[in-house]
Amino acid sequence: MIPVLRAAVNTLVHVPDLVRYGSKPFREGSRPGSFLADLKARLRTFEDAAAYPPHQAFIGNLRPESLADIPSPWYGHPLPGASHQGPFGEILGQGPFYSMLEKADQFGLVSLDAGWTPPANGASAAAKGLMSAGARRGTEKEIRRRIGSGEALALEHEGALIGCIRRDHEEDESLAARVLLENLAAKASGAHALRLLLEKARLPAEEVDYILSCSEEAIGDRYNRGGGNLAKAIGEMAGCPNAAGTDIKAFCAAPVYALVHAAALVQAGVVRNAVVVGGGSLAKLGMKSHRHIEKRMPVLEDVLGGVAFWVGPDDGESPRLNLEMAGRHPSGRPSTPQGMMEALVCEPLARAGRKLREIDKYAVELHNPEVTLPAGAGDVPLTNYRTLAALAVIRGEIGREEIPAFIRDHGMPGFAPTQGHIPAGVPYLGHALAAMRAGTMKSAMVVAKGSLFLGRMTQQADGASIVVES
Amino acid sequence: MFDGKKVIALGERDGIPGPVLAECLQAAGTEVVYQTTACFV
Repeated sequence: MIPVLRAAVNTLVHVPDLVRYGSKPFREGSRPGSFLADLKARLRTFEDAAAYPPHQAFIGNLRPESLADIPSPWYGHPLPGASHQGPFGEILGQGPFYSMLEKADQFGLVSLDAGWTPPANGASAAAKGLMSAGARRGTEKEIRRRIGSGEALALEHEGALIGCIRRDHEEDESLAARVLLENLAAKASGAHALRLLLEKARLPAEEVDYILSCSEEAIGDRYNRGGGNLAKAIGEMAGCPNAAGTDIKAFCAAPVYALVHAAALVQAGVVRNAVVVGGGSLAKLGMKSHRHIEKRMPVLEDVLGGVAFWVGPDDGESPRLNLEMAGRHPSGRPSTPQGMMEALVCEPLARAGRKLREIDKYAVELHNPEVTLPAGAGDVPLTNYRTLAALAVIRGEIGREEIPAFIRDHGMPGFAPTQGHIPAGVPYLGHALAAMRAGTMKSAMVVAKGSLFLGRMTQQADGASIVVES
Repeated sequence: MFDGKKVIALGERDGIPGPVLAECLQAAGTEVVYQTTACFV
């Protein structure tokens, strides 16, 4: 059975009042000083976040290539008439998301003030279906007592206290309030992406057989940190009663690994409809906010990302996930940029007798450069495209003078939030699907990398790639 | 030029990894006292 990519969805959740619980802001805010006040002063409104050109590209209202025509800074040039709904995505507001957090919680961890009604912010029907009915709302007195005792973290909306989230064990760090908030945020945003996928693709929830979560959070308790299977929890919340699932953990490369696994399961006939889903990373909110504050720009890392992809058997019109060209980076190979790109791109193409320039588009790590450059972290996609172009020169496919044209024609500006796994090439799949169905593109290769060394178990990096072709 | 020098090698995921920097610098005669690789995204 040939596996095809039936549908792709990208979602964003604008959560300005949760940025303070990102890993870096939480650390900086715990120290004496004005950091939290400075952060608050530079947070964006929902309208500003929705009209931000990279976000519009993320949900499909703007082609990524068009970003090159928008003057810098992009945050100073919001897209006129921008909608928070896109052909393959949605930008959700914080109000409905808090309600989703409450619904995602089955253990009484989240208490929202009974006097607060979450604003819908024009949320889609898919999002509204995931909002809580408010059955477990708390009182302000009880919420303040829990926060005061140190067992709970405050949840605020537009600066006002509207609830809290509590720990579920006094001594288990895996069940601390901030960890549980991260986990529930990943679950709720993942369920949002999955529900939107089902509705946009008209895939009945009952027909999802298997879910692969590529979310980053280490769900578990102290005896099983990272125990996992957020996939099943997301599937349950999204209303997929016949779906089993599992998590794919591979740092930022997980989404591509998950696509490879999903395609393999379909090709082998183990399942008929597999879904890959990734919820957002709360820990990465405001990761570079101290630099954004220094440079007097908005704190751009104020959104949780979400992705969902439907992999099914050949329907005669959707592009194929070509497993014969799945790329991998064996442990004996160098983790240098050249070594990784040779393993992930050159070797799979060589197996199929293809040249680098025969792939229409490469979707590499698509981090928004407007987030990373002010922090001195470089333009990540451009760095990767330069490596690819240099390999094309070394292989005699193009001349040195053709490098800029190769990067322009086969690459794109970064447009994804710096959410780790979310930018890993896969946000381009919605665009690729649209172009392939319109007959303007034949092939795209998604190339993801993962920084395994961050976990201190190996000095190596990792990566995975896959080709989608009509 | 590196003989007898002590070196701290800071690598980057999309650039040159720390262990690669360390190997080159050791071959050039330095003592690498610390090496690491960072991921800035």
